[in-house]
Amino acid sequence: MASVAAFETALAEPATREARIAWLLALPAILLLFLFILLPTLAVIVLGFTDFELGYGSFRFVGFENYAELFGDRTFRRSLWNTAVYTAIVTPVSIVLALAIAMLIEAETKGRAFFRTVYFLPVASLLVAMATVWQFLFHPTIGPINTFLALFGIAGPNWLGASGTVLYGLSIIGVWQSVGFNMVLFLAGLTAIPRELYSAAEVDGARSWFDRFRLVTWPMLGPTTLFVTTISIINSVKVFETVKTLTEGGPNKASEVLLFTIYQEGFVYLRVGYASAMTVVFLLILVVLMFLQYRVLDRKVHYA
Amino acid sequence: MITNALSVARIVRLAVLSLGALLFLAPYIFMVSTAGKAQSEIFSSSLSLIPEQWSYIENFSKALSRVSMTTLLFNGVVVCALIFVIQIVVAIPCAYAMAKLKFRAARAMMVLVMLGLLVPIHATALPIYVAFDKLSVLNSYAALVAPFSISVFAIFLFLQFFRAMPDDLIHAARLDGMSEAGIVARVIVPNAWPAITAFAIFSVVAHWNDLFWPLIVVTNQDYATPPLGLLFFRAAEAGDDYGALMAATLIITLPLVSAFLLAQKRFVEGITMTGLKG
Repeated sequence: MASVAAFETALAEPATREARIAWLLALPAILLLFLFILLPTLAVIVLGFTDFELGYGSFRFVGFENYAELFGDRTFRRSLWNTAVYTAIVTPVSIVLALAIAMLIEAETKGRAFFRTVYFLPVASLLVAMATVWQFLFHPTIGPINTFLALFGIAGPNWLGASGTVLYGLSIIGVWQSVGFNMVLFLAGLTAIPRELYSAAEVDGARSWFDRFRLVTWPMLGPTTLFVTTISIINSVKVFETVKTLTEGGPNKASEVLLFTIYQEGFVYLRVGYASAMTVVFLLILVVLMFLQYRVLDRKVHYA
Repeated sequence: MITNALSVARIVRLAVLSLGALLFLAPYIFMVSTAGKAQSEIFSSSLSLIPEQWSYIENFSKALSRVSMTTLLFNGVVVCALIFVIQIVVAIPCAYAMAKLKFRAARAMMVLVMLGLLVPIHATALPIYVAFDKLSVLNSYAALVAPFSISVFAIFLFLQFFRAMPDDLIHAARLDGMSEAGIVARVIVPNAWPAITAFAIFSVVAHWNDLFWPLIVVTNQDYATPPLGLLFFRAAEAGDDYGALMAATLIITLPLVSAFLLAQKRFVEGITMTGLKG
């Protein structure tokens, strides 16, 4: 009982002391959070209303002028459109492929670790480096893909060099790179499904593979799928590395994407004010996506 | 039920998985193969994987001479290690305070953390760049590391982990007369290894691969990280010497890929844990 008494005294210690220690422990994090997240975010919003350019001493507030310019800016509109197209290809394809692969691996007893490793490998590989390899694979004349297609008499396109195919080329790289990540999350989701549910479904007459998928797997994977979808969309919207490495937005702005345009305007042309307005649009897109995810989650919780 | 017998379904399944695996591995296969081919053989565009003349030494020496690969890899290790250590040292005490101490600001902190999760480096890059430029700290390790010193994701992850830790553990330590800082160092950290390893993998993979921020703050090759260095190498190579380019690619991809292959179970667990919590 002595320990209980001591425990009591420990609890009776002034709460202010505990709060003071808590503040001290959290202080570095709070300071850095203000310095590197909160302050810069506010600054980017303010800068979006100015004509600030790096290298010029003075700047003035221009109200919504930057945003008005954005609406008429063909490069920016092209960039938004391309980002949307890229996302619309990469997200569904990488999710469906990842789910299919995860289910095949889950159903298999041997070689699980091997297949998981292989499909996950691109996630652990340096994207800039692998993009360079893909550039070689996509090379119009000496690239293995077109050489392979030529065996069947198909004249392969100039994948990354033609404005009609460049987004597809980048999307293929995007899918290749993100499938493993999604697959691993689906695998975790699949293992969490209780085996008994499948037996129960079978007893209830779900004989075929598809019935079991429709009645058990798909509904049980709901939260995982929602999460994978959100994170895939966000990652696709953030596509930058492959574009910067391989196409620089070309040819003819056919692969201009949001982050690349922001990078060009802000860090190459140094038009910080204008690029800040673009950044605000980018941030709004992310906020809307997260909000949508919360809404869907909310509905699931209430009506499921 | 599924048995080990080779049923038709199982053969189809294995065939599909193997074909897919081959497609996913194809870039690596061609990387290794092309890194050993001479320029003339690459331009003959044959699909043969084994080089006619082994030019590995030539291509690798070219790759090593144009850009200092050791500097790149060293910078990558230094930057990733600094980022990870600082993130952990900053986030763990904060998460502990929020999870286990009576602390009136904890709720407000939680809101800040959730807001912070929404804001990627791409959104804060412009003002931070302008500030770094004014302070003349561009082209330094500090510039590469500082913006990532705070990881709200780390706070979020550890917070969830610490909440699940039994309070008795902490009370017992307090009774033994340990200070709160001592509790963090000697009780919390040793019990949080699974979360720390998971976060380490998440953090290192993210920052080893990051091109955006290094591209912005580094123009001097001496501070280039692997992705940026490869970009410099590509520029110097004028693009068409694929043998040397593939050799460089191979050298730069190898460290993280071998780390992954050696500890792949950890990697997958780590990514799953951080992925699902994020």
